[in-house]
Amino acid sequence: MATIRLKDVRKNYGEVQVIKGVNIDIDEGEFVVFVGPSGCGKSTLLRMIAGLEDISSGTLEIGGRVVNDLPPKERGIAMVFQSYAIFPHMTVRENVAFGLTLSGTPKAEKERKVAEAARILQMEHLLDRRPSQLSGGQRQRVAIGRAIVRDPAVFLFDEPLSNLDAALRMDMRMEIGKLHQSLNASMIYVTHDQVEAMTLADKIVVLRGGEVMQIGSPMELYHNPANLFVAGFLGAPSMNFMTVDVRDLGAEGATIANGSLDPISVGTKGRPIVKGGKATLGIRPQYIQPTAPDQGMLHGTVALTERLGSETVVDVTLRDGSQVIAAIAEDRVLQPGSEIGLSFDPALAHLFDEALT
Amino acid sequence: MASSLLRSDRAGWGFAIPAFALIGTFIVLPFFFAFYLSLTNQRLISPNPTEFVGIDNYRNLLGVAVVTLEPERGDDGTVLRDEDGNIEYPSLRSVTRNDDTPQYRGMREWFRWSSGDDARVVIARDVVFMKALVNTFTFVLVVAPCQAALALGLALLINQRLRGINVFRGIYYMPVVVSIVVVSLLWRFIYDGQDGLLNNLLSGLTFGMFQPVDWLGNPSTALGSIIVMSIWQAVGFHMVIWLAGLQTISPTLYEAADIEGATKWQRFRFVTWPGLRNTAVLILIVITMQCFALFAQIDVMTKGGPLDSTQTLVFQAVERGYGKQDISGGSTISVLLFLIVLCISLIQRWLTRERT
Repeated sequence: MATIRLKDVRKNYGEVQVIKGVNIDIDEGEFVVFVGPSGCGKSTLLRMIAGLEDISSGTLEIGGRVVNDLPPKERGIAMVFQSYAIFPHMTVRENVAFGLTLSGTPKAEKERKVAEAARILQMEHLLDRRPSQLSGGQRQRVAIGRAIVRDPAVFLFDEPLSNLDAALRMDMRMEIGKLHQSLNASMIYVTHDQVEAMTLADKIVVLRGGEVMQIGSPMELYHNPANLFVAGFLGAPSMNFMTVDVRDLGAEGATIANGSLDPISVGTKGRPIVKGGKATLGIRPQYIQPTAPDQGMLHGTVALTERLGSETVVDVTLRDGSQVIAAIAEDRVLQPGSEIGLSFDPALAHLFDEALT
Repeated sequence: MASSLLRSDRAGWGFAIPAFALIGTFIVLPFFFAFYLSLTNQRLISPNPTEFVGIDNYRNLLGVAVVTLEPERGDDGTVLRDEDGNIEYPSLRSVTRNDDTPQYRGMREWFRWSSGDDARVVIARDVVFMKALVNTFTFVLVVAPCQAALALGLALLINQRLRGINVFRGIYYMPVVVSIVVVSLLWRFIYDGQDGLLNNLLSGLTFGMFQPVDWLGNPSTALGSIIVMSIWQAVGFHMVIWLAGLQTISPTLYEAADIEGATKWQRFRFVTWPGLRNTAVLILIVITMQCFALFAQIDVMTKGGPLDSTQTLVFQAVERGYGKQDISGGSTISVLLFLIVLCISLIQRWLTRERT
C-alpha cells in the first residue's frame, strides 16, 4: 500500500511531447484505471511509473518518496504485461518465484510465498507445468502470481486482458476486482476498454493526446463528463451530440433549439454558453424515448433498428439530416422509414460550449 | 504412398528435378563412391585394374601400437647413458624390422614417454595421418568454443541501439565476405618472420624487446597462428546468427526481468541465454563442421608444415587423393572424417536435447 503522486509529469521524445504535464493523486489501496484511445499515452505513463521509461520532467512520488531516478525494482512495484511476459523455459513455479530467486530468498520462504500466491489465484495444479501447456487465461494468472509474491506496494497492469477472448476477459476482470479487495494494494490499470474501466475503478483517469481529460469516480465521469471527449468516450452506444443555437440564457439554464429540436431549457453547469451563439447538446441514447411522430422534441425517420432482445437500438435520421441513436430498454418493432418522435428529460442532457469537431 | 507421390503435379517435379539431379551427381553419388573407393586400391590414373582390398586402407591409416624398449645395458647390467646422461635405447628398427614381430613391420614412431628406465613408444602405421587427426581435433576444440563465445560477445555488443552501430556490424562482418584464400594470403604477410606486421607491432609495443618469431615457420606457433586467424575470419558470420537469435527474444521479457530486479548478469542468465538455446545448438554444430573441414588456410599458408605441425584431415585427403594420386587413401580419410563428424553431431544433439 502506498500513495502515488504525479506532479506535472512530462515525457518528450526529442521535439515530440507525448505526455504533456500530468497531475494525478492516487490514495492508498485505490484502484485507478487509465483509459483512453490508442496513442493517448496511457501505457507510456504507466511505464514511466514502472521505471521502464524515463521521466523528462516533473516528479513521481511513490509512498512519499520521489522515485524519478530509481530503477524499477526499488520502486516497490510489480507489473503485469499485456503479453504476459512469462519466461517460456521455466515452469510456472519458477516463473512465479522469479523475483524471489533473483533476490536470493531462502527456499522455504520462496515455496511458502509461491504456494500462497497459487492458492489466491487457484492455480496450485498448474505449478509444475510449462507456459506452453497453459491457456491464455492461465498464463495471465501466472503473470499476476509473479506480481503477488513480491508483495508490492503498487500493482501495475498494462492492458492485461486484451489478449483474452470475451468470456474469459469477463471472468478475469472479476478476479482482478476480487484480488484488489483481498490484497488491498494500490493498483493502476491501463485499458482502452471502457467496461473494464467502469467496473473495476475506484477512480478513472481519462487521457487524450498525453493530457488528462478528467479524473473521477466512474459514475461521476458518466453522469458529469467535464467535456465532449469524456462524454463521448464513456458509455455504449456513445452519447449523441448535436449542434444547437442558444436562443436564450437564464438563471435556470439556456434555451436551445435547432432545425430538428424543439426549444428546450438545459442547465449550463457554469459553462460559458453565449446567448445567440452555438453550443453542443449531448444526450445518452438510453435516456431517449420514442414517441408518436407529432410528439417529443426531436423529429425524424427510423433509419435502422438493432434488436438485441433486452434492448432495441434505433438509428434515427433527424429532419436536418443528422443522426441520433436511441437505446430503448425493451424489445420494440420499429419499421425503417417510418416517422418517429423522440423525447428526453432535459435534466439528463448536457450542454457543452465546445463545438463538435 | 508412392503412387500419390507420382500423381502430384508435374510442374512441381519439373522444378525439383534439376536440383535433385545436381545434388545426386555432386553430393550423393560421390558420397557412396568414396565408400566404394575406400575399399579398393584404386589410383587416380593407373593402368592396373582396380582390386578390392577390404579394410586394408583403414588398417593402414588407423594401425597404432605401443612397444616397450628396454635400455641398453652394459655387461654388468647397468643402464648405459650417452654423453648428456640420457639413457640409451636400442633403435626402433629392432622392433619394426624384426622378423619376430611382423605385426609392427613398416610402422613408425609417433611419440614416446619413459616409464622407469623403459621407454614406451607409440608407433603408428601412418604417423602423418595421426598428426592430422590430432591437429584437427585441437583446432576444433579451440576454435569452436572461442569462436562461439567471441561471436556471442560481439552480437551482444552490437545488439544495442547506438548511433552508427551498423558501421560496426559491417566491420565485423567484412572478413566473412572476403574469400578465405585472400584472407590467408594477407595473414601470411602479417605472420611473416622477417618483416611481418605482427612482429613489427610487437617489437614496437615492447620497445624492441620482442624477438621476431617466424609464426608460420615454427612448429610450436604455426597451428596456433592459423587458429587465431580462423577465429577472426569467421567470427562475423556466427555473430550474425547470434544476432538473429537475440532479436527473436521479446523485449517485454527483459522489461519483466527489470521489474523483478534482475542485474545485467541475471538478465543474461535467465532471459538471453535460455532464449538463445536453439541458436546455440545451431552455431555449435555449424562451427564444428566448418572446423573439421579446415583446408584452405593450410593449403595457402603452410601446406601442412613445418614438420607436419599443421596437417589436417581434409588437407591430407586432398594431398593423398590428388597430390599422390592415391584416391583410395584420400577416400578413406573422407569416410573417416564423415563418421567422426556424424558421431559428434549426434552427441551434440543428444547433449543439447530439449528436456521435458
